[in-house]
Order: sequence, then C-alpha cells, then structure tokens
Amino acid sequence: MQQKLSWRRDLCNFCGACVGVCPVNALFLDEGKVLIDQETCIACGFCEKTCPLGALEVLTRAV
Amino acid sequence: MKVLLLEKRPEIGAPVRCAEGLSRESLEKVGIKPDKSWIAREVLGARIYGPNMKYVELGAEKAGNEVGYVLERLLFDKHLAALAADAGAEIWLRSPAIGVIMEGGRPVGVKVKRLGEVLEVRSEIIIAADGFESQVARWAGIRTVVPLKDVVSTAEFRMANVDIDPDFTEFYLGNEVAPGGYAWIFPKGEREANVGLGVEALRVEGGGTFAYLRKFVEMIPGLRKGQPLAIITGAVSVSLPLKKTYGNGIMLVGDAARLIDPLTGGGIANAMVSGMHAGRTAAEAIEEGNTTEEFLARYQERWKADLWRTLERNYYVKEKLRLMPDRLLSEVFEVLHGKKIEKVGVVPILEEIQAKRPDLVAELEKYL
Repeated sequence: MQQKLSWRRDLCNFCGACVGVCPVNALFLDEGKVLIDQETCIACGFCEKTCPLGALEVLTRAV
Repeated sequence: MKVLLLEKRPEIGAPVRCAEGLSRESLEKVGIKPDKSWIAREVLGARIYGPNMKYVELGAEKAGNEVGYVLERLLFDKHLAALAADAGAEIWLRSPAIGVIMEGGRPVGVKVKRLGEVLEVRSEIIIAADGFESQVARWAGIRTVVPLKDVVSTAEFRMANVDIDPDFTEFYLGNEVAPGGYAWIFPKGEREANVGLGVEALRVEGGGTFAYLRKFVEMIPGLRKGQPLAIITGAVSVSLPLKKTYGNGIMLVGDAARLIDPLTGGGIANAMVSGMHAGRTAAEAIEEGNTTEEFLARYQERWKADLWRTLERNYYVKEKLRLMPDRLLSEVFEVLHGKKIEKVGVVPILEEIQAKRPDLVAELEKYL
C-alpha cells in the first residue's frame, strides 16, 4: 500500500496536535506511537504543518 | 448517579501541555479556592511587547494584589481530580477511549482499552473532555475539525536560570517572532519561567515551531543562559467555538469543543466553566430521565451566556492582528509605550492614540 505519510518516533513529543488537525481521522495517538491509516490519509499536509517538531512528512502530494 | 473519569495517561496532569497562566477571577467563577500548593507564582499584571520592544502594562493598577497565577498543573489537575473523587467519581488511568458505541443512531457508551483489555462502558451521558485531539465527539458523529487557518502550533520550554521580572507575565508580538501568534514568558519562580510561543500553522516555515522558540530564547538577553527543565509542544484552536457542542447523550467541553480563547490561546478557564455547566446539565438530564439533544441544548445556552461575547470579540481582534504589518503594530506600541491600560479593547486603545497621533488612528481605522 502506498505510504503517503511518514512519522519519526525520534522527533515526536506525543502531543497529539497532528491527531487534532487531521480532517479525515487518519491519525491516532497510541501509547508511545502515532498510528497512521495510510488508506484514509489524503496527504493534505495539515499534520506536517502543525507538528511543532517536524516529525511528520508527506511523501506524496494530495491531488 | 455514577460518574466515571477515563484518563488515557498513567498520571493525572502529566505531562503538562500548557503555559499554565490563569486569572484569579477564573478560579472564582467556578468556585475553586486558590491554594499555594498548586500555584507556582502570583503575578501582578501583564506586559505586552510590540515588534519594536515597546510595551503596555495590563492589570498592574491593582498594585499589590495579584491578578493572576502561573499554576503548577502537575498538582492543580490532581487537585481537580481529587475534588471529583471526593464527590464520588470513579477514576480509571491508562484507559483511553478507543471508540463510541452507537445504537439507534445515538451514543450509548464508549469502548475503552483498560490496561490492554478492551471493555465496553455503557453510560447515559458522555462528556467529551479529550482536548485538542477531540476524537470522542468525532466517533459520535460530531465534526470537530478546525480550518488550518485557525490552528496555532506551539512549543515551550520550562526554563531555569533565567533573568526575568517574576511579577509579570510577558507577551511578545511580531511577524518575525511568532507570525499569527505570540511568544510568552510566564514566571514560575524568581528565576524560573514557562517560555514558549505559538505560530499560525499555515505560516510555519522551516522544520517546525520549535525553531522559532530557539530563536526567541536567543533574542531575549535574560533567557540566553536559561536551561530547559521540560519541552512542551501542542496545538491550540484559535477559531470560534464549534456550532454545536452537544448531541443525543453527549456534550463537548473545553478544548474538545474549540472553546480556547482565539486571542490569548488560553483554555483552562473556558474548560472549567464549560465543564461546570456540562456536569450540572448531565445531573439534571439523568434526574429527568431525558438525555436527548433537545434537553442537552441548555448546556450550550449556559456556556454561551458566560463565554460567547468575549470569544466572538477576541476572534475579531485576532483576525485583525494576525495580518497587521510589524511597522504599523510598532507605531501603535511607540505611542502607547509604558502606559498602564485596564483592558484590551479597540476603542480605548484608539482613544489613547488619538491624542498624540490622529494620523495613525486614521490608518488603523482603514486597516480595521
């Protein structure tokens, strides 16, 4: 399955900002990790812009 | 009536995700007595700096009496939970809600992962108090997404060894420092402070908000030798509240309802007020045996009566401030430098400027 979004554990502060801004509920903050539903993700980049530490990166762009 | 408080973390109040500032009147409004055990610092007022580092003072006319506090939320949050426990609430830790149980098109409970085991908890009313993430309401079919224009990304250090004025909270405005937001220094002690800033998510450039924070610390001489005790990050909504903060069997409170003040980014006060109203409304609804949205609508009326006017006005001010060029903002601060003002208000500020710089007022009126 196409990886649209990547998350870096070594940068993440587990604050949940990304989960809050996702317009399609593709992100979930579990204990110690951010779960990404790659199928649902639309690669809009909201989480990438909002993450204060740059821990999320969009790999493809939304059409 | 039974109340269950579900906390996803292993500890109430930790980690802190907050600048921890709160006005004295906000505590009074919800009937909580200030207690030194969870107050890190009492402050006499606030200073607001423009891009040219000229400033105005707020609240300091009440000289001698504190107008506000910087809390120790690791302890304050536990105090609130203890009050709930004393009143009979049950508390589960490490118990995140992972879904809402829907029956007949309405929420009837939540799915919880409690220490690894998935459980169903049925309840007549759900109060969604899950903060900026605001997932519970979404699982119940209420849309809580905020347009990215109204999201501010934040980064903060709790810092030791800083040279600050420990009696004032400080706010720094400017498109270089914190575009669409502001930087803050909130004293926690004589030489300790929460130092942070918020940047409009749409305008963050580079690797993230954290880089802006490092730059800000370098910019303020008193902070340069500061050492971090904690790194805190998050996001806040600076939108108007959600149009509907309730549904059949559910109410949304605080950050989850997007009740954060769009100008100050402050959420504690509005979370407590809305939480108070939700609790009262829940008790009434269960007593009546009526948890329909028609009955719960009064919850929204109640928080609106307390909060709407300020939220709406502050959203307007934020919308005007966020795009104001630094040059224009600096001129305002140049005129007002050193003044003590009662409240932030467009009309009183324009009146202050009118006397010295009527040309500036004309330019501002065009801009506003």
